[in-house]
Amino acid sequence: MSNDGVNTSRRTFLIGLTSAIGAAGAVGAAVPFVKSWQPSAKAKNAGAPVTVDIGKLEPGQRVVEEWRGQPVWVVRRTDDMLQTLPQLENKLSDPASEADQQPAYAQNEWRSIKKELLVLIGTCTHLGCSPLYEDEPTVELEHGGFFCPCHGSKFDLAGRVYKGVPAPTNLVVPPHSYLSEGVIIVGSEEGETEA
Amino acid sequence: MMGLVNRVVDWVDARLPVVDAYKRHMSEYYAPKNFNFWYYFGVLSLVVLINQLLTGIWLTMFYSPSEGFASVEYIMRDVEWGWLIRYMHAVGASAFFAVVYIHMFRGLMYGSYKPPRELVWIFGMLIYLALMAEGFLGYVLPWGNMSYWGAQVIISLAGAIPFDLLPFIDAAEAKEIGEGLTTWVRGDYLLSTATVNKFFALHVVAIPIVLLALVVLHILALHEVGSNNPDGVEIKQNKDENGIPVDGIPFHPYYTVKDLPGVIVFLMIFAVVIFFFPDGGGYLLEKPNFEPANPLKTPDHIAPVWYYGPYYAMLRAATLDIIMPAKAWGLVAMGGAIVILFVIPWLDRHPVRSIRYRGWLSKLFMTIFVLDFLMLGYFGTQPATPAKTMMAQFGTIYYFSYFLLIMPFVHKFEKSKPVPERVTGGH
Repeated sequence: MSNDGVNTSRRTFLIGLTSAIGAAGAVGAAVPFVKSWQPSAKAKNAGAPVTVDIGKLEPGQRVVEEWRGQPVWVVRRTDDMLQTLPQLENKLSDPASEADQQPAYAQNEWRSIKKELLVLIGTCTHLGCSPLYEDEPTVELEHGGFFCPCHGSKFDLAGRVYKGVPAPTNLVVPPHSYLSEGVIIVGSEEGETEA
Repeated sequence: MMGLVNRVVDWVDARLPVVDAYKRHMSEYYAPKNFNFWYYFGVLSLVVLINQLLTGIWLTMFYSPSEGFASVEYIMRDVEWGWLIRYMHAVGASAFFAVVYIHMFRGLMYGSYKPPRELVWIFGMLIYLALMAEGFLGYVLPWGNMSYWGAQVIISLAGAIPFDLLPFIDAAEAKEIGEGLTTWVRGDYLLSTATVNKFFALHVVAIPIVLLALVVLHILALHEVGSNNPDGVEIKQNKDENGIPVDGIPFHPYYTVKDLPGVIVFLMIFAVVIFFFPDGGGYLLEKPNFEPANPLKTPDHIAPVWYYGPYYAMLRAATLDIIMPAKAWGLVAMGGAIVILFVIPWLDRHPVRSIRYRGWLSKLFMTIFVLDFLMLGYFGTQPATPAKTMMAQFGTIYYFSYFLLIMPFVHKFEKSKPVPERVTGGH
């Protein structure tokens, strides 16, 4: 190719510039295609936070709500139940909740914002079955807790997993907060996250 | 009449090189005359591909992603001959993997990936990868309980990517990125119709287009360099005065005619499976998939379909948390097991192409490799027990050792037989 009268450096510059602008355009054009894969407004709506009225929840009782297709449990633990928690520590695989299975405000010995009120996602961390709530001692759980009927995983009354069961981690505490004394909002931290 | 046909052909040929292409790829494509049994499986892959496309197009006429399970029931019970079209497609998926695995094994035996056929191999591997994606997406569509839980397990793998290994990302951020990624793939906070719709589009449009393009590239690249053969002898090095390889015969009519009986035998076996064992005893269509997806009911044992078995076994074989969590190592093992296949042309430094003339060590290690792959495949479909996990760990170690330690160096420890000048056998 003859380069007579051709300003090669200007040509290289223009090719580079055009390519860069073209590439930027391609990235911009990709945005709607990538973004369309995000949950739609409809899905976001269905996945919106849910409020749970716990005003009438008696000590020892549990209420089940649904959030994003998963069962959410709120348990008002009795003092007796709370007293079992420290006794179990050597039987649990993560007694101090070190694995990232709860928001920072629930990383304490009760795994909850308010000592007595436990909020958990009710699916087993093994394969997602829903464990049973045992408020009384049973054959499997001498202090009560949660027992997964699918593969026999056991959790204490703070959702902490026992050693030697298939589930690898503690039950998940979802993001939640208190809108008032008797109302919890699950999936949002707009309310109080301190006791 | 012939005059008219010839005139039409000439008219087209002056505008599009059809005669040239026909000669290049059929009547004057010279393939080695010594192809054996293993050489049926390339053409069989094409047969299954056509079966999948045809039955797949027909299934889209009756399937609806927003009511996945019900519409598959509708196809099976209410659509005339729908059951047959669906079984042809479902069994066809397994048949596709069966013939492709044998086709790949053929390449491995005869060194068909060695220069100058590296690109043929790489396109083949890309086809295999596209096929795995296609198989997974397709398995989700009937929206049975195994579709649901299989998708749950596979999509959650995106959450196992250890982003926190990057210096500027901490554990909490990594978790958030992983969750963001899984939400993006699902298009929802849980597996839902949004996910099925997306997978449907990918399964019936996006991946098939890619797959077809790759098949064309695979064949074009093959026809550029010419086919290998069981002796691993380069037939182009021995040409007659017309420039035609003396050990080559035109693909058409010789191999088209030879392939035809192979296709017929294959279709007979295929038909037997479709008519008498369409679920393959739970290996082709898993039992939990005969009930609808149920987020609250986990199948006792979530197993992949047989063709993902070896990789699933390697995914589960990782049990140690060193540097990264075991889950992430599993992901590395699974991904690495596939990636490593792409670089076989550069890992194999044996001077001899075909296994026929390699030493006994090569033959021994390859036999163990095949058994190892089958063993991993079996363990991948079984519930994990400590003993099986340990076997899978040995299997995984051998799998990687075969490619990384044995392939590059085995020729230094064995004596190969002399490779003949011309191909042997064939008439």
